[in-house]
Amino acid sequence: MINVTIDGIKTSVHRDTSVLDAAKQCDITIPTLCHHPKLTPYGGCRLCIVEIKGINRPVTACTTPVSEGMEVTTSSPVLEKLRRTTLELILSDHPNDCMVCEKAGDCTLQELAYFYGIKENRFAGERRVYEKRDGNPLIERDMEKCILCNKCVRVCDEVQGVSAIDIAYRGFRSKVCPPYERDLDCEFCGQCIRVCPTGALTGRMWSLKGRQKDIREVDTICPYCGCGCNITLDIRKNEIVRVTSKEDTINEGWLCSKGTFGYKFLNDPARLTKPLIKYKGKFRESTWEEALGLVAKKLLKTKEKHGPDSIAGLASARCTSEENYLFQKFMRAVIKTNNVDHCARL
Amino acid sequence: MKTNKLEIMVCMGTGGIAAGGTEVLSAFESAIKKLKIPAKLKKGCSVHKVGCRGLCARDVLVDIIIKEKKSTYQYIKPDMVQRIVDEHIVGNQPVADWLATEDYHNFHEKQVKVVLSDCGNINPESIDAYFAVNGYEAAKKVLTLMSRQDVIEEIKRSGLRGRGGAGFPTGVKWEICGGVKNAQKYIICNADEGDPGAFMDRAIIEGNPHSVIEGMIIGAYAIGAGKGYVYIRAEYPLAVERLRKALEDAGKKNLLGKKILKTGFSFDIKVKLGAGAFVCGEETALIVSIEGQRGMPRAKPPFPVHSGLWGKPTVINNVETLANIPHIIRKGPDWFASFGTEKSRGTKVFALTGKVKNTGLIEVPMGISLKEIIYDIGGGMDKGRDFKAVQTGGPSGGCITADLLDINVDYESLAKVGSIVGSGGMVVLDDTDCMVSIARFFLEFTQVESCGKCVPCRIGTKRLLEILDRITAGKGKEGDIELLEELGKDIKASSLCGLGQTAPNPVLSTIKYFRPEYEAHIRDMKCPAAVCKELIEFTILEELCKGCGACVRACPANAIKGEKKKPHTLSSELCVKCGSCFDVCKFGAVKKE
Amino acid sequence: MEITSNVEKTLNRILKDFSAEEGNIISLLQLIQDEFGYIPESTVGWFSGRLDIPESRFYGIATFYARFYQKERGKNIITACCGTACHVKGADRVINAARIELGLAEGENTTDDMDFTLEQVACVGACSIAPVVIINKKVYGRQTSGRLTREIKALKK
Repeated sequence: MINVTIDGIKTSVHRDTSVLDAAKQCDITIPTLCHHPKLTPYGGCRLCIVEIKGINRPVTACTTPVSEGMEVTTSSPVLEKLRRTTLELILSDHPNDCMVCEKAGDCTLQELAYFYGIKENRFAGERRVYEKRDGNPLIERDMEKCILCNKCVRVCDEVQGVSAIDIAYRGFRSKVCPPYERDLDCEFCGQCIRVCPTGALTGRMWSLKGRQKDIREVDTICPYCGCGCNITLDIRKNEIVRVTSKEDTINEGWLCSKGTFGYKFLNDPARLTKPLIKYKGKFRESTWEEALGLVAKKLLKTKEKHGPDSIAGLASARCTSEENYLFQKFMRAVIKTNNVDHCARL
Repeated sequence: MKTNKLEIMVCMGTGGIAAGGTEVLSAFESAIKKLKIPAKLKKGCSVHKVGCRGLCARDVLVDIIIKEKKSTYQYIKPDMVQRIVDEHIVGNQPVADWLATEDYHNFHEKQVKVVLSDCGNINPESIDAYFAVNGYEAAKKVLTLMSRQDVIEEIKRSGLRGRGGAGFPTGVKWEICGGVKNAQKYIICNADEGDPGAFMDRAIIEGNPHSVIEGMIIGAYAIGAGKGYVYIRAEYPLAVERLRKALEDAGKKNLLGKKILKTGFSFDIKVKLGAGAFVCGEETALIVSIEGQRGMPRAKPPFPVHSGLWGKPTVINNVETLANIPHIIRKGPDWFASFGTEKSRGTKVFALTGKVKNTGLIEVPMGISLKEIIYDIGGGMDKGRDFKAVQTGGPSGGCITADLLDINVDYESLAKVGSIVGSGGMVVLDDTDCMVSIARFFLEFTQVESCGKCVPCRIGTKRLLEILDRITAGKGKEGDIELLEELGKDIKASSLCGLGQTAPNPVLSTIKYFRPEYEAHIRDMKCPAAVCKELIEFTILEELCKGCGACVRACPANAIKGEKKKPHTLSSELCVKCGSCFDVCKFGAVKKE
Repeated sequence: MEITSNVEKTLNRILKDFSAEEGNIISLLQLIQDEFGYIPESTVGWFSGRLDIPESRFYGIATFYARFYQKERGKNIITACCGTACHVKGADRVINAARIELGLAEGENTTDDMDFTLEQVACVGACSIAPVVIINKKVYGRQTSGRLTREIKALKK
């Protein structure tokens, strides 16, 4: 363990902890735009600068590992002034159209601008102008709002292993884009949307569906596969607006494209909400009691007439492990057959 | 070593070749071949190329040594060769008209050549020539007689500091890296000399590549590295070619590779070509570039000595630093420390350019005064103009004004006046140079070269440049100077790497010393040096114009009209303010204000 | 550029050289450029597939470094140095003259007939003979608008 003092608070943390994490453990928040706890530290936004005794210039808390006896100051007039200038610079190259921005109310940049009270900008100048494009129905890229924090690039590479995008060009012309600035063509997992601190990357499916303040969160499990990712449904007026996931879950807040974008069926008018029984070639609506009763009756009858091995069970990958466990238990203990399999094996 | 009775040395650095060195060399070769002298005597003749000897402005420079008497010719063209051979070599009567003049010798007099001692004297493409000047003796001594700690101690005692800009003590760097336990370590030679206005690293590699290789071998031994890299700019094709040849020759002589000189030490060097990014001169960016990525710096700590190339302990030294090493080992740390000042030991190579008479590469002891450099070595101001300032340290440096000319040139003194030694660029400016425009020039450079990773540098330098743009265009506002100062200071404090941390220096230092010039641009909409296009006007003075028509031919915009032998007129609407007319007019009839 | 069987042969040779050396993307791009004079998009796709390195990585690197060219360049390359020494000695004027002579608009680098490419580099390190222009790899010192224009005219013939 390493002993450090942060803003006068003495604490001891594990080796290799960053100053940023050590501060977090002391319940001290340092502003940052480019840091994500699950991604390689970047040190690009320069907001998490801190003063460390013995080092003659501010260093970024996200990239600096703690060392024994380190004394850190996370806020001072000098640091706050530098942070203000940095934010002002970011905002000088930003559309600042929060009133119509999808991300408003849930935007780290907006929050910081509010916190630092940046109304006027001393540095107004050229802004990058990019045409919006991409034909896909899922990910909206508004690169004028991009602050080049590199989180999307890192998540695509380090977590998703796809590397569909990277930063191209350099300096003021830097730009996150797919190779040769083609249209986005990737797995559409939406991880990049999840980590974007501004409105540069948003989901097309939830455009204009509601602000964060109108949203009710319901934690549940993703219905798509046996992984059982924890998801949070963002609900407004009893309709799912979007699907997110929290970082402290077994899937660490990451989701695939099905978990992120595959929720449309829930509110689809064609979705079955009651069991149907086919009678004389036609489906009719029924109740669960009747339908399950019918299944039980038919299974018993088949078993009596042809023996248990005349029945086979095929479970679904969309069920949870527990459900699949119960299903094979049911086949083996109740039906008494080993004829049980799973669609994921097919 | 001079066993040759006759030695002809033709300067063939980049400057020499540009002036026709290749042709001059072959002219000498064929002229000597045709000479009717006994074959035995011919054997004693040596005609060869040498690297840069500093005063490239006088190229092609040719040294002729007959019986140890050396004569230097300047501005030699191929068609002049035959006469030199006839009169000087055959007739033993030097061609007085073409001999280098007194100021050529003055240029060299105050210099102390350590790193450049053999540049310009030996054939850079011959390892035997390097052996002949005790080349690789230091490496031999180190590998066979000295312990790693001994080497580090010697370098520490010499007081050598990094010549790439920051001036970190080399011995200390080696000691830290040497102390890190890791089976795999690297030594990198930083030859990504990107500062506009600095070319000593190019000249050293072109003139004496083996000295750098020898320095690397010694450094590798001291820190325990088995592999080295030279990261060199692709913009230096000749340096790359000579370096590759030198590495190959050194390998053949078992000075590189496995079990060097039959000792237990193995070490090899690879060349990595840069691909055109100034920021890759920054050590962490250089490392990721060698790894094959976008050259974006990463935060320090951890420092490369602990975690560098591929996460292994790595020492990065600049070309000039490494070229000093063999000399220190050979002649001892005390000898080296006898040059320079207490904190800045040894000599430093500077690229003296701009508006002085003698532009070129110079090596001087640290602590020499700026005045001596400019007036004694540089020969004073060109065209008799007034000295205005000297810009040192390139885009990371600052300006020094006339009243500070007496200061000593060393790390501390220059830092005190807001400039830096940096990589050693020294551009002399006269009263026709606009300081706002100079600051703008450097900012434009750093802004284009910013990697874009961190906000202050990516957007901050862009904003600085925009403000300077409007000032030089006569659209500056009250408060712009203060805004430049404030933003500049914040960029310096919060940028990720050295590029951003120093990028505002040219602006801050010109404001510090030339504030009235900024104010004149903003308040009076005037450019006192008559440089900023938008603020100047060209007119033809009727009384002085002879109607020669030179300006009419020079004007790219057809803005000048007039009959022959009658005063011409210039249309201000068509004028693109390129200044061509001003340059060509022999009668001073074009007025610029 | 189309990947014909001839081109593929070349690419396979580059791949072999690349694998023999401890290569990385930068050295690979340098090899490609040495061969074709620029970096054709199709070759990047080809190597990306063979080496299992994402194309985005190639593109990021190729656009980061100034000496990688995405487009085909002219037959004659004129490189004007814009270093400090060249700048104070009037590089701008020389470049302007070349632009006018070649009929290049602001932002254009290559003539329509693909005969000339005019490029600017930071510093070629030949400051004492400023301003410097490199025409087809030959260094010319102390350039003036007039001399450069003459050189270009000679090349045009």
